[in-house]
Amino acid sequence: MTIIYTIINGILLGGLYTLFGTGLALTFGIMRTVNLAHGDMIVFGSFMSLLITRFLGLPPFISLVVLIPAMFLVGQVLQHALLNRTLQQGVMPSVIMTFGLSVILQNAMLLSFSADRASLPIGSLATMSLPLSGDFAIGVLPLINLATAVLVLYLLHLFFRCTMMGRAFRATSDDPTTVELMGVSSRQMYALAMGIAFAVIAVSAVFMGARTNFSPLDGPARLIFAFEVVIIGGMGSLKGVLAGGLILGIAQALGGAVNPAWFQLAGHVATLLVLAVRPSGLFPETIDRT
Amino acid sequence: MAVLEVEDIHAHYGLFHALKGVSLEVASGDVLAIVGANGAGKSTLLRAICGALPVTGGKVAMNGSSIQNQPAYELNALGIALVPEGRRIFPSLSVEDNLVLGGYRGRKGHWTLQRVYELFPELVKRRHNAGLDLSGGEQQMVAIGRALMSNPELILMDEISLGLAPIVVEQIYRAMGDITAQGATVLLVEQDLSRAFTVAQHVCFLLEGRVSLRGVPSALGDQEMMTAYFGASV
Repeated sequence: MTIIYTIINGILLGGLYTLFGTGLALTFGIMRTVNLAHGDMIVFGSFMSLLITRFLGLPPFISLVVLIPAMFLVGQVLQHALLNRTLQQGVMPSVIMTFGLSVILQNAMLLSFSADRASLPIGSLATMSLPLSGDFAIGVLPLINLATAVLVLYLLHLFFRCTMMGRAFRATSDDPTTVELMGVSSRQMYALAMGIAFAVIAVSAVFMGARTNFSPLDGPARLIFAFEVVIIGGMGSLKGVLAGGLILGIAQALGGAVNPAWFQLAGHVATLLVLAVRPSGLFPETIDRT
Repeated sequence: MAVLEVEDIHAHYGLFHALKGVSLEVASGDVLAIVGANGAGKSTLLRAICGALPVTGGKVAMNGSSIQNQPAYELNALGIALVPEGRRIFPSLSVEDNLVLGGYRGRKGHWTLQRVYELFPELVKRRHNAGLDLSGGEQQMVAIGRALMSNPELILMDEISLGLAPIVVEQIYRAMGDITAQGATVLLVEQDLSRAFTVAQHVCFLLEGRVSLRGVPSALGDQEMMTAYFGASV
């Protein structure tokens, strides 16, 4: 039975990784570049939620009411003011720019919040659990996290399939030049993508802050997890993100069950295995541009 | 009244001077065919008109107001649609999504999804297929339908018969009648002269970035057309 419990725990952990991966998959899917500040943005979101919690006295999950629109705006401004300038110059300038952003963010957070680990105060929700059997119970918070991740992916799926803007978004991913002939500004689509990615980052930031603790230098490790989720799932695919998140979570949980030191290692090995067997991931959806 | 006026425009690819002062006018409801050999500047002219390539000199005006060097996505809202060379269907979108996206800016008019399906009934059974899975002819129909969905006043068509079976070309040219019947003005780039002459009221020959001959197809002699096309008497 222990292995089933471990897998269930892995799936629940995967809910958090799914959220990490969603934002990265969105921007990668449409712009084909990696935002290296993704992990730092998650940590930044957690600190922002902590500030809102402290100064407005709101519970962390209610802070999302402020945090989601604020992060959406930050994402849009970042894309409009900085990253859109690096278009048409290949992949490197935007990668270097987001790398610089990552360094700046880490140090700014270090100065503002010190290197102490922080966590979001969520009260009794942190320890609430549902007993499944006599010796096994699952946490309510991880369950809500997983449900939220599935809901976010489902909403994004509806947005992409059923709205005009969603079609324009997919078409921009296919061919950013031709889409302009349809009256779509691909730069605006990029800014929208970054905005949505940042809104999802806000959600993942609060769940991360509630489930574990965080410090200003945690970003790069979150980025690696998000990156692994996208690689396992397949570039630009939403159902791939869910599969990638769950597989990474299960791999880490199983590795950790064998030897606590193998927790992260098992996740990396799983990613390498997928890369070796299916280099484009399990559910590749992005079409190569010609 | 001219829908499109192009006056002495120049365009460059790097150092290469691709358009060396081209002027033309397209009257409302007219079909103007641009013909010329490979490299004469036909596609460059279309790209320059629709904002995909910067114009380095001269004027481009639509209904009297200047449109030159406006971003391509604004021209669609002004009523210009391009059927690009190579069709450029969005491969991961379904046929229907490709068509619906054509109406992104919401210009109202005759053309709706229903009417495009009536124009190209073949597309109905393929409506849920991805653009990736279409034959060349079907792709061309989607590309034309997608352009029509924006209810354009002016449609630029670039090499729409290229690489298609004669029977499909026949069908696409038949649809041209319905398109102009709805009042759209068409600027057609075509290498197949006889095909172009069946639909065009006016024809304009390009040679090495300049207009070498223009007129009504029936009034042009074979010899002068040959010279205008190849640059020397053959």
